[in-house]
Amino acid sequence: MAESALLHAAPRPSQIRMRMAVTLVAYGAVAAAACLLAPLVGSTSISLSRVFDRSIPFADNVDAQIFFVARMPRVLAGAVVGAALASAGVVLQALLRNPLATPFTLGVSAGAALGAMLAISFGAAITLGPFSPVPLASLAGAIGASAIVYALATKPGRPMSTSVLLLAGVTLNSFFSALILFVQYTADFAETYRTVRWLMGDLDIGGFAPIAGVLPLILAAFAMFAVLPSSLNLLSVGADVAATRGVDVARTQRLAFVGAALATSAAVALAGPIGFIGIVVPHLVRLLTGVDHRVSLPASALFGAAFLVGCDLLARTVLAPVEVPVGIVTAMLGGPFFLWLLVRKA
Amino acid sequence: MFIHLEQISFGYDSPPGRGAFSLAGLSLAIRRGSLTGLLGPNGCGKTTLLKLLAGVLQPARGVITLDGAAIAAMSRRQLARRLALVPQETHPAFDYSALEMVLMGRHPHLGAFRLEGPDDYSIAYDALAATGTGHLAQRPYMTLSGGEKQRVVIASALAQQPDVLLLDEPTASLDLGYQLEVAGLLARLNRERGVTMVLATHDLNLAASLCDALVLMRDGRVLAQGATRDVLTGAHVRQLYNVDADVHFHEASGHLTVVPIRRVP
Repeated sequence: MAESALLHAAPRPSQIRMRMAVTLVAYGAVAAAACLLAPLVGSTSISLSRVFDRSIPFADNVDAQIFFVARMPRVLAGAVVGAALASAGVVLQALLRNPLATPFTLGVSAGAALGAMLAISFGAAITLGPFSPVPLASLAGAIGASAIVYALATKPGRPMSTSVLLLAGVTLNSFFSALILFVQYTADFAETYRTVRWLMGDLDIGGFAPIAGVLPLILAAFAMFAVLPSSLNLLSVGADVAATRGVDVARTQRLAFVGAALATSAAVALAGPIGFIGIVVPHLVRLLTGVDHRVSLPASALFGAAFLVGCDLLARTVLAPVEVPVGIVTAMLGGPFFLWLLVRKA
Repeated sequence: MFIHLEQISFGYDSPPGRGAFSLAGLSLAIRRGSLTGLLGPNGCGKTTLLKLLAGVLQPARGVITLDGAAIAAMSRRQLARRLALVPQETHPAFDYSALEMVLMGRHPHLGAFRLEGPDDYSIAYDALAATGTGHLAQRPYMTLSGGEKQRVVIASALAQQPDVLLLDEPTASLDLGYQLEVAGLLARLNRERGVTMVLATHDLNLAASLCDALVLMRDGRVLAQGATRDVLTGAHVRQLYNVDADVHFHEASGHLTVVPIRRVP
């Protein structure tokens, strides 16, 4: 496989400009190919040339309808969620100076799960635009959990305490998990099943509207990420070093935290807490492209998109017509892969 | 005076005006082109002083000026173009190459968006060469030895092209050979490039051989400051560390040497 050859190649001393251009084109091509090819696969096989055949009106073009209406929303959701979780992982790992951090380290997923659980158990009937109650409640839970962690770790005019961030996140995760178990204990079987199914992650969102609903949040997060890479490089070397190289450390930390929390919350509201993307993709991409965040951050977003689209393709085809929840696929692929990375490093 | 501190007070967890200060009303002056050693027992405020000079911490009271301008009025980037910090140890969270570490020194000249151009690369290679680490450029930083790491970090600070280099115990974790190597490097950079240096250290003999001026600190105050030969005396060592020491001129090395004899109550 070409990938394994790249895996052993040392990052070349090429100039940064060239590296960024080559990486963006290559990873962009992989992501585009995944999004274009994944919708071709399914219970009905369709052809790409027929999909884009302009001579057939859309109303009569069954291939195009399957491609754009039945399958594309799910593929795009995978791309958006994969890009959001992978880039949030890169940003949080640099912010916390800890390569083992994931987008869910800071309590986001447990907050989202609690929200989703409450909406399922108490049958909340609040809706807002394209959001139905469960995504809405999980978004609120995720943002609420992030806000608590943020408030705990920030003192005005001082850099954030990364150890408080980590501890508060881990503690909040177990506190919310206890609340979830308690609510589950009181809930009936059907509600519990729905919650468990939500926790496994699902990209079958049924249309473009839910994507459009979370897209503003994710675009806002990406806009924050766009100003961060060179500051993240220095921050991951050390806060004092960053400060004496002209980085506004407190501002960088705020942007990184808020951006990562927004991206993760939006992704979880759209598809549930899909694990492992946020840790496996950043590690793999850093091996391929080198650490420099100006290269690895955009590459991780693009590769995360392709990776989740690929995992979801497996999820809906490997046991067809039965679907495997995509969170199970990412963890079953990601877990052993990650262990292999660890063993290989040691 | 090139760097001037006037009545600086700073406390870590006390609000301004209340509680205990780590530094209380500290004043000192550093000449341009000098190589000044900060000496004092653990917790006397050496690192705090370096961080105040570097603009990482802000004093609760008092003014620090660099070349006549208050550093509090400068932006982080302006300050970073004139002044660089070498921490005691540098542990990046990820495996950057030595060259990447050094290129990060260009950040204050580039800002968040401009990419390194040919000039920046040649400045970085020049800094690597000046610290004798040119052959390590492509090596992962984490695989380097302690002495190599410290020289790469110094190269990275040099790539900032600063007028002032602040060093926090630059030889603390190094063996004897590397200690001499780093000391020689600092002396050479001070002489050849005219970089003003302020280094905190516990190594009195390193300070005696390397520094032309010393600042002796105890309990957040300056005990004495001045030329090394005037300030480094047995009486001062006793006041600083509660240690009786024999301080005498060593013919072969050409500088004062300090031999600690016993701890006094």
